Amino acid sequence: MAKKMHDTPMLDQLESGPWPSFVTGLKRLAKDNDMMVDLMGQLETSYRNTKGYWKGGTVGVFGYGGGVIPRFTELKDENEKPVFPAAAEFHTLRIQPPAGMHYNTDILRKFCDTWEKHGSGLIAFHGQSGDIMFQGVTTANVQPAFDELNEMGFDMGGAGPALRTSMSCVGAARCEMSNYDEAKALRTVINSNIDDMHRPALPYKFKFKFSGCANDCVNAIQRSDMAVIGTWRDNIRVNEALAKDYMAHHGMEKLVNDVISRCPTKALSLKNTSDVSKADGFCSVAVTDTQSLEIDNHNCVRCMHCLNVMPGALLPGMDKGATILVGGKSVLKIGATMGTVVIPFMKLESEEDFEALSELSRNILDFFAENALEHERTGEMIDRIGLVNFLEGVGLDIDANMILEPRSNPYARMDGWDEEVAKAEERKKKAAG
Amino acid sequence: MAEMRPPIESGAPDPMQYMHPVMVKNYGKWAFHDHPKPGVLRHRAENGDEIWTVKAGTQRQMDVYTIRLLCDIADKFADGHVRFTARSNIEYMVSDPAKVEPLIKALNDNGFPIGGTANSVSMISHTQGFLHCDIPGTDASGVVKALMDELYDEFINCEMPNRVKMSTSCCEINCGGQADIAIIMQHTKPPKINHDLVANVCERPSVVARCPVAAIRPALVNGKPSLEVDEKKCICCGACYPPCPPMQINDPEHSKLAIWVGGKNSNARSRPTFHKLVVSGLPNNAPRWPEVAVVVKNILSVYKADAQPWERMADWIDRIGWPRFFEKTGLPFTKYHIDDWRGSRATLNASAHIRF
Ligand code: HEM
Ligand code: SF4
Ligand code: SF4
Ligand code: SF4
Ligand code: SF4
Repeated sequence: MAKKMHDTPMLDQLESGPWPSFVTGLKRLAKDNDMMVDLMGQLETSYRNTKGYWKGGTVGVFGYGGGVIPRFTELKDENEKPVFPAAAEFHTLRIQPPAGMHYNTDILRKFCDTWEKHGSGLIAFHGQSGDIMFQGVTTANVQPAFDELNEMGFDMGGAGPALRTSMSCVGAARCEMSNYDEAKALRTVINSNIDDMHRPALPYKFKFKFSGCANDCVNAIQRSDMAVIGTWRDNIRVNEALAKDYMAHHGMEKLVNDVISRCPTKALSLKNTSDVSKADGFCSVAVTDTQSLEIDNHNCVRCMHCLNVMPGALLPGMDKGATILVGGKSVLKIGATMGTVVIPFMKLESEEDFEALSELSRNILDFFAENALEHERTGEMIDRIGLVNFLEGVGLDIDANMILEPRSNPYARMDGWDEEVAKAEERKKKAAG
Repeated sequence: MAEMRPPIESGAPDPMQYMHPVMVKNYGKWAFHDHPKPGVLRHRAENGDEIWTVKAGTQRQMDVYTIRLLCDIADKFADGHVRFTARSNIEYMVSDPAKVEPLIKALNDNGFPIGGTANSVSMISHTQGFLHCDIPGTDASGVVKALMDELYDEFINCEMPNRVKMSTSCCEINCGGQADIAIIMQHTKPPKINHDLVANVCERPSVVARCPVAAIRPALVNGKPSLEVDEKKCICCGACYPPCPPMQINDPEHSKLAIWVGGKNSNARSRPTFHKLVVSGLPNNAPRWPEVAVVVKNILSVYKADAQPWERMADWIDRIGWPRFFEKTGLPFTKYHIDDWRGSRATLNASAHIRF
């Protein structure tokens, strides 16, 4: 039997209403866990005073430099004693989930047993970087709790100036839009750079994220320093039975208004089936006995819209891979930045392809480690040094897909023009084989 | 001292050992999906195998009893497998369609809403707040619980023009992310400095370096080394507070909630965009933040009524223009909506394109 519950009139109000309530969960835990009784006391005080009462510190596990988020209470009485002593220490373990966040009930129950024994019993699935967050543990119990989780096959995630835990979409496991093996890519990149996660020594955080297509279900483009976003190079695949099925259910008006007219590059058109183009890059699918949807694949930007509206009728092509973007991040310093294309297309099929992805990740991490200022994210570094310097630093060729438009201001020295033209001709020759 | 146990540096675990067998079998071989009803998806593989997904909302911060309850349901109806989404919804996969309705019933009976698919308002992605962060101006789990109560019907139904992703963040660092509607704590006053503590707690040069507008200078206050802020320059971003907690930026009264719209990470139709400010100055009114809910529901209802099918919030505003957005929502347009930060001229209208 735990200690007496504190009055929590404000938190109590969060128990009403139809959505599942975390407060009800906290109360259930508090029935036989003193830490949760006092946690609720502190949380109620925060609600009453509109003020947070945690401060950081240093707590870790043997062998690693990061991954535990230490929290000590700042809510003290006049004698400097914690007002809620049982929750005076309330640390979080960031634990890396399986790629794609799949679980069976056996492993979830084991998590619960461990966290009930050593910690508060409160677990968040998941943080916005992907970690399973085991919330609420004393300093003394951090090591035994981690040891048990580690023995089950789970490893510490990232915190501090380090490589962070990664996320991949459900992708190949259950999505017809997937263009590469997201789980394999995540594990290849993260597990071969794992030292940078466990021993924080980078200028600041670095995140990788893996989405199987441009729908970008795990928000790689805005929230990762290196985003791997699946795409394809050849023609959209079509399935006539499903296309006709779409028409039967939705009709011509929707095909025109919802599919064709929303294509951002006007790559779609409605044609008499007898008139569809047979030229390179064009494909089509019959939607009625006489009419077809025609796709100009060279002008398709793989935005995913038409595939989303007509699932299965239109599918990614066969020549699959990924676009790599670098420098997405949230605010601080220069404000939020979007990832920038650094490789328009990278094949991701063979072992060598995954090897190349791993090598690229290593090069970018190394360049970041050597060239970013303290507390500077990759996006800010690129902002400071310019994209061209970044590309030269990591050994990537320039490509016109990296820009929206060429410079419009004349303020630049261009006396190396002739050499650059020669390089451009060289690249063209190389591409032509 | 006892022998220390060296960690097993296993990194990210292999998901195959936990994945539903039908998904393992058809990994990378899916061909089609549809959406039989809100919260339910049906995927079909190339070989005709099918898997049904039932998506339920959770409170994200879950106690072990809740997790065990979710496990019991998975054992009974879903072959013991689940997965979580990036927005903390739980997904049950079943290969037998006859189990879909009993599974939905079991989840509903235990208080878990079914929804969050397609053109619904999905679970709000959120941050740590009072429960665990050291710099929050408000809570996170509580704000989300309060708002999801209000948006419950939009979660379990699919009545929006396209999917709506929301996020909340308890300070301007915005761990919550970009979203169609983002609710973010916004500081409105410069930090209040406790000069007695600065010298002991803060590495002064690195605090000075953090300020994006160079408003912080080293200073001697009462004979002690401290810092001072040029309050005219200060933009109240709060960047100085994490490395120097004596520069208190949170203020129970003056830290306000701001609402931003039109962010999306998907590339579908338009390029990904960041969300933009539409409302600020909402009170930080725990435990239910009713003023925030009023504004959010208003924006959602105007979007629902006015946008065309498949238009995300950003696509809709692109079509009707920002003046019309403010007109239709009745929200005031102020000088604070006109950006004056770096690169701001790109956000001004340099054309004669005006809608009447
Ligand atoms: C000081 C205390 C902070 C705490 C307790 C905190 C807490 C968190 C947590 C719990 C997450 C989710 C983590 C995960 O999934 O593994 C997160 C994500 C994030 N944090 Fe923080 N954070 C802090 C400071 C910062 C700072 C200084 C920044 C500066 C930019 C920041 C930016 C972010 C971003 C961008 C994400 C989301 C990343 C993504 O979507 O992958 N946070 N934060
Ligand atoms: S990002 Fe694309 S491939 Fe991945 S789950 Fe989303 S739609 Fe599917
Ligand atoms: S995927 Fe291509 S064809 Fe389809 S809407 Fe997008 S740009 Fe147009
Ligand atoms: S948004 Fe701010 S207060 Fe909230 S968890 Fe992130 S850093 Fe902490
Ligand atoms: S709040 Fe931001 S702008 Fe103001 S002094 Fe601190 S770092 Fe500078």
